[in-house]
Amino acid sequence: MSVFFVKRFMTLLATLFGASVVIFLVMEILPGDPALVILGVDATPEATAALTKELGLDRPALERYFTWISGLLVGELGNSYAYKVPVTELISGALKITFPLAIMSMALSVILALVIGLYAAAHHNKASDVTLMGISQLGISIPNFWLAVLLVLFFAVNLRWFPPGGFPGWEEGFWPAVRSLVLPAVALATVQGAMLARITRSSVLEVYREDFVRTARAKGVSRQATLWGHVLRNAMIPVLTVMGIQFGNLLVGTVIAENVFHLPGLGSTVLKAINNRDIIVVENVVLLLAAIVVIVNFFVDILYAVVDPRLKAHDI
Amino acid sequence: MLLLDVENLNVDLSTAKGPARAVRNLNIQLEKGETLGIVGESGCGKSMTALALMGLLPDNGTATGAIRLGGENLLDKSEAEMCRIRGNRIAMIFQEPMTSLNPVHTIGRQIMEPLRLHRGLDKKDAMEEVVRLLDRVGIPNPSERVRNYPHQLSGGQRQRVMIALALSCAPDILIADEPTTALDVTIQDQILDLIQTLVEEEGMSLVLISHDLGVIAENTQKVVVMYGGTVVESGNTDKIFDELTHPYTQGLFAAMPKVGMGRNKRLTTIPGTVPDLVNLPKGCTFTDRCPIATDACRDTVPAIQDMSSTHQVACHHMQNAITARETGGLYK
Amino acid sequence: MSLANSQSFFARCLRSRSFVVGGVITAFLLLCALVSLFWTPGEAFVITVKDRFKGPSLEHWLGTDQFGRDVASMLMTGTQNSITVGVVAVSIGLFAGVALGLYASAKRGWTEELIMRFSDFSFAFPAILSAIMITAILGPGGVNSIIAIGIYNIPVFARLTRGSANAIWTREYVMASRASGKGKFRITVEHILPNILSIIIVQATIQFALAILAEAALSYLGLGTQPPDPSWGRMLNEAQTLMFLQPMQAVYPGAAIALAVFGLNLLGDGLRDVLDPRLSRKR
Ligand SMILES: Nc1ncnc2c1ncn2[C@@H]1O[C@H](COP(=O)(O)OP(=O)(O)O)[C@@H](O)[C@H]1O
Ligand SMILES: [Mg+2]
Repeated sequence: MSVFFVKRFMTLLATLFGASVVIFLVMEILPGDPALVILGVDATPEATAALTKELGLDRPALERYFTWISGLLVGELGNSYAYKVPVTELISGALKITFPLAIMSMALSVILALVIGLYAAAHHNKASDVTLMGISQLGISIPNFWLAVLLVLFFAVNLRWFPPGGFPGWEEGFWPAVRSLVLPAVALATVQGAMLARITRSSVLEVYREDFVRTARAKGVSRQATLWGHVLRNAMIPVLTVMGIQFGNLLVGTVIAENVFHLPGLGSTVLKAINNRDIIVVENVVLLLAAIVVIVNFFVDILYAVVDPRLKAHDI
Repeated sequence: MLLLDVENLNVDLSTAKGPARAVRNLNIQLEKGETLGIVGESGCGKSMTALALMGLLPDNGTATGAIRLGGENLLDKSEAEMCRIRGNRIAMIFQEPMTSLNPVHTIGRQIMEPLRLHRGLDKKDAMEEVVRLLDRVGIPNPSERVRNYPHQLSGGQRQRVMIALALSCAPDILIADEPTTALDVTIQDQILDLIQTLVEEEGMSLVLISHDLGVIAENTQKVVVMYGGTVVESGNTDKIFDELTHPYTQGLFAAMPKVGMGRNKRLTTIPGTVPDLVNLPKGCTFTDRCPIATDACRDTVPAIQDMSSTHQVACHHMQNAITARETGGLYK
Repeated sequence: MSLANSQSFFARCLRSRSFVVGGVITAFLLLCALVSLFWTPGEAFVITVKDRFKGPSLEHWLGTDQFGRDVASMLMTGTQNSITVGVVAVSIGLFAGVALGLYASAKRGWTEELIMRFSDFSFAFPAILSAIMITAILGPGGVNSIIAIGIYNIPVFARLTRGSANAIWTREYVMASRASGKGKFRITVEHILPNILSIIIVQATIQFALAILAEAALSYLGLGTQPPDPSWGRMLNEAQTLMFLQPMQAVYPGAAIALAVFGLNLLGDGLRDVLDPRLSRKR
């Protein structure tokens, strides 16, 4: 384990800590009294006060922050204000939808991007390249929620290949569950994939102009073999960065896709929780989302060091 | 038989400003074991010539004419056939050692590639050969160095790695395009000496490209002076240095620092800059900068004429140029 | 800029296909927004229930929605909303972000470190997530969603500005002006800003497109523009409930968003071709 790794890890912890503080502060200034929202507008002041006390909301902010964080460390998140069930239960239930959805769409978008990006780069300035880039330019302009709606109209309503929404649950079997995630995954992946394809293409083309590519060709390596053996790995460096950032966008993009397809994932959970002033759910879900984004980018950084040997040297 | 016979080579580039001819009617002959220098200011088409020999012109460039290696015209070869020739029968060293190696692969792996490709060695044998090659080009601790990445090496060491790479399949011809231009002065001589020694030991032919007349004078038997994509003077190196004739060659020589020159004597330079390829004069490409040019120079291309059997010059005013040389030079 | 110079600038603009197509689309949207201030083909606001779900006709070019409002007019009026969002949100991000970036780059040291760590940190909260959180605090609404998107844009511009500015600070002519005793503020105004302006303009165009997308997403989720103000995102939201009955109602607003984003992205690409000398340099 290098200094590089340790340094990155410290940054990761600091970012997570910072994120928890920001989220907590945001929840503090979030207008609306949770007790009032739960009990309804015509609740008596006494009842409201009692509930506030019961929820622990009358204690000082600093104390509540530490209760939250220490609870997080031992996996005790408390109960949802609105549903009276443990927050962990709510989150793990939602994750069973959001996580596979994010992974599926990320995988789809990476495959799409690499295939299109490499193909276009290999046929630089030919008709196929120009066409693919035109399509991808359109692809990045389409709002993913609109694409989701169009997909429902076409594949669910007209062709009836996929359900238009809802989630049967994993207990109903693997395939029905996956089937209900396909359209949302495609909707999310198309837009991200189009963007990633453009970056892959331009990165490959940029690397193609490097001197070491000429060296490889001068050794007698064919054009094709140069692409796979020399260009690709160098070209992946910027692509990886974007993938890291995109994973965050995809994860949050699920908020929207879940809304279109009526999937009870993290996104719908957090939107509902905001409306219910179910602060305890909101802060934990948002922290979880932020943590996943930060952790994924941490691994991207580690991956960098694997791909690019120069990085390790600079950071030590 | 000649090892390399380049006949009427033209390199055309399509640029945003229009078509440009980077190399025009170039003729080069090279015997086995011979060393040839190509000299000229930067931008006069030296690298384009080298890349044409390798079949590695940029996408917007095409070569016409003939490049015969052992009698076979390389311009007629397919890309797959060229892949078998590059790095195997013709190898090349580039100007920029800092960027010419792949940053994400170890140098061992990079030198191994041609060995496995052309000599069909397996991984283990190839690695042994790599260590031997690195030792040969003067890299200390070669068996450990193979695991290094390019960024862990100095510029001079990287150029040594490039030389090992070029040498790996014992090519017939080694092309070195400004191999020392990007290096420290102290290291330049070491690298040139190394190339010299290896070329002699292997009996290879060398094409050494430089903008520095001094480097060419010390390291080659024959020389070709290029300007604006054409050869203006060529012949035996010793002969040419005794009888500098073309106004451009005289200018290059005048611009060269000389041993014993007073410290505060200023170097003369040729006024003007290298011409724009898209708008070259119809005739002699040097016309616009030549101190003795006339209207005839602008309109007709001067034929290359024999001064002697080992010295050729292309100039309309050869006599004036020789007179000027003998009376104190064209550039003062 | 001399006359000859500006002429060649126009010539270069016209030679870039992306610029021309993107420019035409953007100009068309601006025109729609402008015209809709005075005139629309039908009623975008007035509810006439008896006219609901009309198909396309000469009177209602794209038909009517479930409240009998003219869809073409709503789309046209929605352009105003999207353009306002884009302009305001990008301006917030642009001014604050560029100022912070320039300041960080001029100060260096811990000021720079602080500003950059802060903007790194903000990347832990992807766009829609921050916007959802900010609108949760401020309450849903058009203005609040604009502020949310604007705040999110600040670190984007701060990072870009600081990175490009740092590169300029190492240039020889900047060193020379420093050596001649010019202050950092003056150098920033005279040398740094003009040199990074083209990069910032290109990025602003792209962020403009992203802002339109983000606002549409927020409105679609019910957190952005509130009725009765027309907004493409909210039209899509309203159409979704009737998706099976009136599918075309869901198609139009999305197409409008896509067109706007497409045009702006192309314009950004075109501007990059025209303004970025590194790309026009011959290879
Ligand atoms: N890819 C290219 N496209 C267009 N012109 C080029 C390209 N590469 C080089 N040139 C031009 O070709 C001429 C010869 O270049 P080069 O052979 O590299 O010169 P040298 O090696 O003698 O310095 C120069 O004027 C250069 O500007
Ligand atoms: Mg050169």
